[in-house]
Amino acid sequence: MGHAWHLVGILTAVALLIGACAPPLAPGASQSSGPIKVGFIAPTTGTGAASGNDMINGWKLYWKNNPSPVGGRQIQTSYEDTAGDVNTAVTKARQFVEQQQVDMIVGPLFANEGLAVADYLKTTGTPGFYPIVSADDLTQRSRVDNVIRVAGWTSSQPHMPFGEWVYDNQGYRKVLTICTDYAFGQEVCGGFLRTFAGERGGQVVNQLWDPIGTPDFSSYLSQIPSSGADFVFALQVGADAVRFMQQWSQFGYKDRIPLMGGEVLVDQSLLRSMGPEAEGIVSVGHWAEGNPAQPTQDFDNAYLKEYNQLPSYYAAATYSAAEWIAQALQKVNGNTSDRKAFLDAVRAIELDTPMGHLKLDEYGNPIATVYIRRVERRPDGLLWNVPIQTFQGVSQFWNFPPDAYLKQPVYSRDFQGLPDQLKALGLQ
Amino acid sequence: MRLVTARPTWPVIALTVVVLIVGLALPYLATSFYVSVVTQVLVFGLLAMSIDVLGGYLGLMPLGQAGVMGVAAYVIAYLISKAHWSWPPAVAMALAATLLVALVFGLLAVRTSGIFFVMITLAEGMLVWGLAYRWSSVTGAENGIRGISRPEFATVYWQYYYFVLVAFAVCAVLLGLLVRSPFGLVLKGIRDSESRMRTLGYNVTLHKLLAFLASGLFAGIAGVLYAWYNQFISPSAINITASTEAVLMVVLGGPGTLLGPVLGAGVIVFIKNILSAYVARWPTIMGLIFIGVVLFAQEGILGALRRTQVRTRSGRVQLHGEKAWDTLGTSSGSSPL
Repeated sequence: MGHAWHLVGILTAVALLIGACAPPLAPGASQSSGPIKVGFIAPTTGTGAASGNDMINGWKLYWKNNPSPVGGRQIQTSYEDTAGDVNTAVTKARQFVEQQQVDMIVGPLFANEGLAVADYLKTTGTPGFYPIVSADDLTQRSRVDNVIRVAGWTSSQPHMPFGEWVYDNQGYRKVLTICTDYAFGQEVCGGFLRTFAGERGGQVVNQLWDPIGTPDFSSYLSQIPSSGADFVFALQVGADAVRFMQQWSQFGYKDRIPLMGGEVLVDQSLLRSMGPEAEGIVSVGHWAEGNPAQPTQDFDNAYLKEYNQLPSYYAAATYSAAEWIAQALQKVNGNTSDRKAFLDAVRAIELDTPMGHLKLDEYGNPIATVYIRRVERRPDGLLWNVPIQTFQGVSQFWNFPPDAYLKQPVYSRDFQGLPDQLKALGLQ
Repeated sequence: MRLVTARPTWPVIALTVVVLIVGLALPYLATSFYVSVVTQVLVFGLLAMSIDVLGGYLGLMPLGQAGVMGVAAYVIAYLISKAHWSWPPAVAMALAATLLVALVFGLLAVRTSGIFFVMITLAEGMLVWGLAYRWSSVTGAENGIRGISRPEFATVYWQYYYFVLVAFAVCAVLLGLLVRSPFGLVLKGIRDSESRMRTLGYNVTLHKLLAFLASGLFAGIAGVLYAWYNQFISPSAINITASTEAVLMVVLGGPGTLLGPVLGAGVIVFIKNILSAYVARWPTIMGLIFIGVVLFAQEGILGALRRTQVRTRSGRVQLHGEKAWDTLGTSSGSSPL
């Protein structure tokens, strides 16, 4: 017995010695001729599948309508399913970069996927474009230089002007918030309260946090009438949002208690499965499919024709991102091998998209157009978000100086930008 | 690496040598992508082996092992990324924390068997996940913890591959010795008949607890390796889906065979990461394979391979992992303490 295993042991030792000294193969770099390869990662199975498919639809529509080569090179997109799983998302990004030597990564959907993929892209320097992932810190406290939120946003960004607007224009003073209890919900709610309470001095009577996937909102909704709030600020996502709006209506709150929605509560992707309960709801967003501006209407009609539905923010953002990247590629004549020049070109672009006028700030996040929107019914019976007020040039820092803003921690359940919290940190 | 037969036969030695050489030469043979995928197989293989100690040898399938792994992953993530510890004490602390959690839940779990054991381990996994998901000031909630830097000698992908390979080999040998030791035989005895073992004077509860701790320790090592693999940890990596997937690896490869679960990990990681690039309906393929295994090879892939081997040889009747499916304790004839 011993003899055979000795042999194995000696072989192992020899192999280990060999393994320890020689350098291995290096991963390939991007090319400067042939098609420009794009690796698109989005969940097409699992809980994010509906949004992921919208992302792919928007991206495909742009290249279908603009099939001409960019800077003499064709655009070739490959799609990979992340299944909403962080590990899979990183592996797929790795496969695109190391196996297929793509020129850029576009995607993913979820914040945790995006953060993990960003950390990977940091090690390879591959350009990463994030139209959807909105985790604040990705372009704030932990930036990755080669990851840019082309046509993207930070969760708190549209909600800061919204907080001021609600205080100034609606005259509400006391809020009860009900937000989904995860990073996105906490950042959305924090952005709203940072201005409504932290700046204007509005009062927060209560903050309710429901876990994602809440099957029944009764226990939360029943607390509202006796709370003394003037209005409710709500942020729910996906199927939760659909259930929330139904129950809001069933409880008889609709048209009795003012409801202000965070972005995606009544996004077009959800309006498709909502009915009269959503009509008239006011919310904020960096996308408004009911915007009468020409680029928006053209995109709406093209999308409606192609997919027989109105475009959600997921589709609008990837469509706009495609337009943005196409313009940058024109600028560098399709030469993606000089990554720095390509990324600089992306950073310098300023354009009018279906989402409005967009350009990047120096942190890699768009200075965007923000819309206060109301859900209305179109003549053809579809619901959509029509802007009632527009804010141009909204930065992820709103009107705050970036340096001062970045001294506060990222929004969480412990930090919602309230006056006493700001005071405790010595920021106010 | 196969320690099953006391006297290794030449085909087994040849296979071992081939596996060793391919394993060691991999960074020279394959691109960085495949090296990363194999690294992932080794990490999940180790996790699957830690489940096999309980599920295959003790006959009690834990349904929260990704949570146990998560304890180590989160502790090391926090200590390295946020508290800026150096890696050796961080690893020690991560494993200590995992053992502590395993001890607490082990004390509850060993008093049960069958479905109750499954429920307690499920709760264990859900609690860790819930903490990771809700305790945002420490865990970063859904955004997770980033920047978990690897030891300075294992930063590049192929260095890390060798690092994981060595850790995996050491753990595999230790686990192999464990399940073949008198202690491991007692575990098998408990699996086959708990009441008989108790009658024979064995301290069944203590053996179960020690097995639970050992399983937790190796899951913890897998957690440390996992945290370093993506240098990122978030709740979705340790949720119930992740736990179930790890159990699937064990069932697929062959419970009670130790190396079978590694094979299962290889199959699942391969389908998820490589096959999915070519087949959009890869979850269907995974489902079909699983149904196939349950219907035609209940002892898993490795178990089925061994069965054919046993048929060709004579004399060996008892199969490894034969009783491993009896996780509900229907044939143990014992009642919970």
